[in-house]
Amino acid sequence: MSAQAVLFDAPGPKARQRHLILTIVGVVIVAGVLAAVLYQLGTKGQLDAAKWMPFLTASAWRNYLLQGLLGTAIAAVLSVILAGLLGLLLGIGRLASTRWIRVVSGVVVEFFRAVPVLIMMIFLFNALQLLRWFRNDVNPLMAVVVALTLYNGSVIAELVRSGVHSLPKGQAEAGLSIGLTPSQTLRSIQLPQALVAMLPALIGQLVVVVKDSALGYQITYSELLTWSKTLGSAYANTVPAYIVAAALFILINWSLTRFARWVEQRLRKRSVTAAPLTTAAPNIIQGSAEPGGPTDTLIDQR
Amino acid sequence: MGDILAKYDLLAAFWVTIELSVLSALGALIVGTLVAICRVSPVPVLQFIGTSYVNILRNTPLTVLMVASILGVSFILGLSWSDDAKTNAFIWAVIVLSLYHAAFVCEALRSGVNTIPAGQAEAARSIGLTFRQSLTEVLLPQAFRGSIAPLGSTLIALIKNTTVAAVIGVSDAAGLMAIIVENETGSLPVFAVFAIGFVILTLPLGIWFTHLSQRLAVKR
Repeated sequence: MSAQAVLFDAPGPKARQRHLILTIVGVVIVAGVLAAVLYQLGTKGQLDAAKWMPFLTASAWRNYLLQGLLGTAIAAVLSVILAGLLGLLLGIGRLASTRWIRVVSGVVVEFFRAVPVLIMMIFLFNALQLLRWFRNDVNPLMAVVVALTLYNGSVIAELVRSGVHSLPKGQAEAGLSIGLTPSQTLRSIQLPQALVAMLPALIGQLVVVVKDSALGYQITYSELLTWSKTLGSAYANTVPAYIVAAALFILINWSLTRFARWVEQRLRKRSVTAAPLTTAAPNIIQGSAEPGGPTDTLIDQR
Repeated sequence: MGDILAKYDLLAAFWVTIELSVLSALGALIVGTLVAICRVSPVPVLQFIGTSYVNILRNTPLTVLMVASILGVSFILGLSWSDDAKTNAFIWAVIVLSLYHAAFVCEALRSGVNTIPAGQAEAARSIGLTFRQSLTEVLLPQAFRGSIAPLGSTLIALIKNTTVAAVIGVSDAAGLMAIIVENETGSLPVFAVFAIGFVILTLPLGIWFTHLSQRLAVKR
């Protein structure tokens, strides 16, 4: 049931007239804002063809934007894989039958969900430079990946936990009744189902990772934002460069969201025992968690 | 460790973080409510405007918005709020944080509306309540209760995201930490102090909101 159907009656003649007025008002306001923005850009010469032509050349893409997309992709893919593994580990830890494992996993999860990713990145970057474990040029990537892994791993751990809790109780009872131990039941019966149900939410988490990888800008990691800034200096078109960077991010994240929704619908059609966790569930922090599903009571948004 | 912290004003930095959080939370609540009204309105054009706003803001990294506001809009387009660079950065940070989180506030409010079963609206109409009565007596109270949990998540996310303001030179907690790490040493205790600061700011809020959302949950 859509929000409109709940909140509003079918419109009568008077309401339809009011809707028409609101439509006109809405269009006028948006057109006004757009016109003001374009006028501002125009008077500062930001709409000149010279500022935008570089984006039609192969060299701007090859030397800047693709490099940036590559940097963002490397950080995001590495982080999401490692975060998945860490999340699985911590999630199992939170469901363990041993008390101290549960407590330790719980503290780790709560801590890394509460600390801002940027704080972790700044610290890790500095620590890695002092420790000299890696070559100097990989330190930024390391700091970005480790910080994103710790944060998103903790969020995924909560997803694992809520995924297992959302399974019907009969699944665990059936496992126990055929003589499996509690941990065997968790591993071979509950987790496989929970992970499938989690899939859309995991893809949704990728959106968070992609967005947060832009924080690497602050610790000199060469991702899309950093390269767009360089491009802006090279072609003297800072404002268009940021607009293009934002558009690329929106395109990537929007496609990922659509993909997650598609997976969710497929899973729903397959009628598995567990309903898929909604993609809306986890994503707010950088907030990126999209608030929404009933599951997100416990899951914060970045 | 103690002498390092004595040299820097830790409380002032966290106070800036709190100021950023409170002002942006208010801004995000106002803008987010307006966008949510558009999104749930029965007018297709307004719905489209609301949906576009959410899709654009939610899918752009906050860092990009922050950097573009200063390096792009302020420096190149010349739109600044104050001659003082610090004040200008602070005001831009509040604006960007408000606009960004407004998208999440909108989704939180909308998800609250979506928790209401259609039968509630139908029942309200069938006993003869007017549109205004059914909205204020039946629907909005339930919608508000349903959106407490996601609103809480959004507020916690916002508090953590205020650190991104450090990218444009606002002297909040993350900004001070970057300075300390630069000048002194990036030792574990320094990280621990700042991390615990944020745990103190966010963890009680999280517990409180979870408690509140359970206490006010509409029993169905």
